[in-house]
This record gives sequence, structure tokens and C-alpha cells, in this order.
Amino acid sequence: MEEERHTEAKIGAETGRGSSPRGPGCSLRHFACEQNLLSRPDGSASFLQGDTSVLAGVYGPAEVKVSKEIFNKATLEVILRPKIGLPGVAEKSRERLIRNTCEAVVLGTLHPRTSITVVLQVVSDAGSLLACCLNAACMALVDAGVPMRALFCGVTCALDSDGTLVLDPTSKREKEARAVLTFALDNVERKLLMSSTKGLFSDAELQQCLAAAQAASQHVFRFYRESLQRRYSKS
Amino acid sequence: MSKVRWRNRRAGEERRRRRRAGGKMAAGFKTVEPLEYYRRFLKENCRPDGRELGEFRTTTVNIGSISTADGSALVKLGNTTVICGVKAEFAAPPTDAPDKGYVVPNVDLPPLCSSRFRSGPPGEEAQVASQFIADVIENSQIIQKEDLCISPGKLAWVLYCDLICLDYDGNILDACTFALLAALKNVQLPEVTINGETALAEVNLKKKSYLNIRTHPVATSFAVFDDTLLIVDPTGEEEHLATGTLTIVMDEEGKLCCLHKPGGSGLTGAKLQDCMSRAVTRHKEVKKLMDEVIKSIKPK
Repeated sequence: MEEERHTEAKIGAETGRGSSPRGPGCSLRHFACEQNLLSRPDGSASFLQGDTSVLAGVYGPAEVKVSKEIFNKATLEVILRPKIGLPGVAEKSRERLIRNTCEAVVLGTLHPRTSITVVLQVVSDAGSLLACCLNAACMALVDAGVPMRALFCGVTCALDSDGTLVLDPTSKREKEARAVLTFALDNVERKLLMSSTKGLFSDAELQQCLAAAQAASQHVFRFYRESLQRRYSKS
Repeated sequence: MSKVRWRNRRAGEERRRRRRAGGKMAAGFKTVEPLEYYRRFLKENCRPDGRELGEFRTTTVNIGSISTADGSALVKLGNTTVICGVKAEFAAPPTDAPDKGYVVPNVDLPPLCSSRFRSGPPGEEAQVASQFIADVIENSQIIQKEDLCISPGKLAWVLYCDLICLDYDGNILDACTFALLAALKNVQLPEVTINGETALAEVNLKKKSYLNIRTHPVATSFAVFDDTLLIVDPTGEEEHLATGTLTIVMDEEGKLCCLHKPGGSGLTGAKLQDCMSRAVTRHKEVKKLMDEVIKSIKPK
């Protein structure tokens, strides 16, 4: 009987500093990813960033309702379920952000008149939730084998009242911060795919955060590559 | 009919027929290949409606048109029309912030404004716009929430801001932000005193005061074409053909309240810088228009 391959890749982020307590500067929390853990979806992934955890499942390319079908490309749908309570307007807004990011990278024209559905379930929220959702969605799309022109990752930056930049903040730091910026970057040219911000910040601070996010995304993409290599290597 | 008049009439008809035929050809091309039709214009650095790539449509604003609302404003950005009405009501302040009032925005995109919206619960576009306006109010601190408090822990003002789109032709976020700002500047709240003996609120409708608006957030929207070209203030058709959108909300000190880029093609840091400078000039234009309108209102 074939055994379900539960490939697990637990590689921590190495930035030269410990994950907790964090010194001032650019260090990401410990992250981990597990793929192919659900049996029904075509692809699934669970992404952990520190204590924040999101589970993603991808169904597709599958049949689409005639009212929603697009004649020359795939219809992408994203459903985000919060940990407690019913989804509200904030979840709809986040779903739109994630959906548009996925639409920019997924090669929809290869599967016209089909639907690709990404379902995200928040398991625990300890800061940087949107970035974790983006990472989980990307890993799940890769697991499902959906053709993409690039991979993407999410990075969150928080700006304190005195201007210090903290990457991948915890929820306590997010509450105390003056501004929280979330970026989605692609791995081909590190271009900005999506941005969602909260709070007031200046133009110079934006460029600084963007540069820090681009540097941090290198770690995330290296982690993606290593975890996929481990999964498909024959050792 | 004289021979000369008959010849002129035939020439006029000939010209009209040729113009109609040429128009029909362009209209046919536009239906079959809308993106290619658009690219022909973009190559010449202009758009089908004659605007430059960095030019906004004519903006008009009308304040105080709804007499039953405490504050109102109507904004037209080309064809896009948004009306905002603000009603102030009493409410108990939230338990975790007993000295603050609150603002509740709601954006409504009725079937009236465009054929793509159906009647029923708010669709995704309306919900996203409502969340965007709520974020702008929260991030820019346009009103100090403590100003809305009447009696800590017991009574506070709540401002219900209803934004209704009457005509949807693209760039709804810019129009909504401007309408909200203009309506809030127009809001007059009556003076409220708590009677010491009866502990009831007494409203003095004769003495009204304007809200203290601390910052003036102005939104500038861009559409990305073919991953490289950025155009300002997209119309409905341009939004449909674009590969991505970007909205920047800036206040008068050059600080950013919101950088809303919901996916779409990637942008480099340099392109973002260009957008910032355009947003700064737009802020100045809008501020000038606002000041003119406020000055022109006759005091009640």
C-alpha cells in the first residue's frame, strides 16, 4: 500500500541572532512549513512564523460556475476564515489582497474556464498574520502544482515611535508600533506585488522598510527552496 | 432647391457619412481588441479621453446639499459621482475607551451606479471600499476621537458617514476619500450639556460648532499597464484593462496614511517614488479646491 508522504521540513531562519529575545535590527522569527498534510485538497500547506500559524488548502484547476467563468483565464478565489467568529469586512479586504497577489503570479491563461480556490484557516495569531497567510498560500499553490511565473512571500515591518524598524513583529509590538507595513514580494526581481499599511509614516521610512523587506525575503525564498529540495530529494 | 444649396447638402452628408464610418471602424476595433486600441494611445503618451498620463479629470465639489444631514458633500471626478452624508447620534462610548466617540463609515455601491452591481447585501467591492475608508480615518487621525466625547463613560457622539456612489466610472477610492473629508469639514455639532439634576442630555440646537479636522488626507490612485506604465486617475474601462492598481493617501506634511496596493504587477522602489511626487502635487490641488469651497459657503 502506498504510504501518504508526510514530508516535513523544519528549518529555522538563520540570521545570526537568536529568535527570542530579539535585538534591534532585522531578524525574523523561527519559521517552519509542512506540506501535503490534508488528503482532500489538491495541495495544502501549514506555515508557522513564531507562534502565528496558518493552514492553507488549494483546490484546482476545477470546475467553475458559469456566472463566474472567465473565457481566457482561470478564476481565482480566496477564502479566509478567522480563528474565532464569522468572517467580516476586514477578512473580505484581506481576501481581495491575497487574491490579487496570487492572480499576478499564477499563469491563469494555461487553464481557461476553470477555478482555483485557496482556502486559508487561521490557527493561531501572534502577529504578522497577513504575511503568514501569503506564505502559506504560496506553499499550498506549489504543493498543488499550479503553474506560476514566480513565487511570492509576505514580510511585515513595524515602525516604533522613535523610528526603529522591526521585522516580523509579535502582536504586542504591532499594537505598540506607530505604523505596521506588510509587503508581498516576488522572487524573480524582488518587486513589490502587494502592500497594506496601518498608521502614519513618511516616504523615507517607506523606502527603508521596503529595502529591509527585500533583504528579509531572501531568507524566506531560501527556506522555500531548501524545504522543497528536501521534499523531493531521493535520500 | 437651388443647385448650390443641393451640392452643399450632398457634401455635408458625404462628410457626415465618412465621419460615421471612421467612428464605426474605431468603435469596432475597440470592441474586438480593447487592449491594443488602448496601447495605440499610450504610445503617444495620451489617453482616449484626451488626458495626459499624469492628468486628473475635472474635479467638482458641492458642500451642504443635504439639509437633513449634519454634514454632506457631493464630489464629481469626471463622471464618477460620490455623495457623502454624515449624521451624528448619541451613543454609549465603548467600554475599552470610555472617553472616545467613534466614526462609522459605510460605502454603498448600488445597482444605480453601474450594471456590474446587483441589489442585495454589499458585494466585495463595497466591503473593500468601506474597509479602506475606515483605515484612512483610523490611520490619519482626521478627528481626535476624544473631541467626540460628551460625558466620559456615559455619552459620546457617533458619526455615521454614508458614502453612496451615484455613477461609477473608475477611481472610486479617491472620490470617496475627498467626499468624506469635505463632508466632515461641513459637519456642525450642537452643544450638549448634561443637566446635573436630571442627568439627561440637553441639546442646544442654536449653538453649533464645526468639527476640529486635524489633517487633510487626500487619495491618489494609479493604474499599472503592461507591468511598466503608470497612469493617474483611471476611468472604469482603464481599470478593467489594467494589470494592477495603487492608491496612496497623503496628508499635508507629506506623511503617508495608507499605501494600498492590492496585488497586480510588481513595482520597483523608483516607480513608487514617482507616484509619491504626483501624490504631493495632487494634495496641493485638492487642498486649494477645498479651501475655495469652504470660503464660499455662506454662514447659516
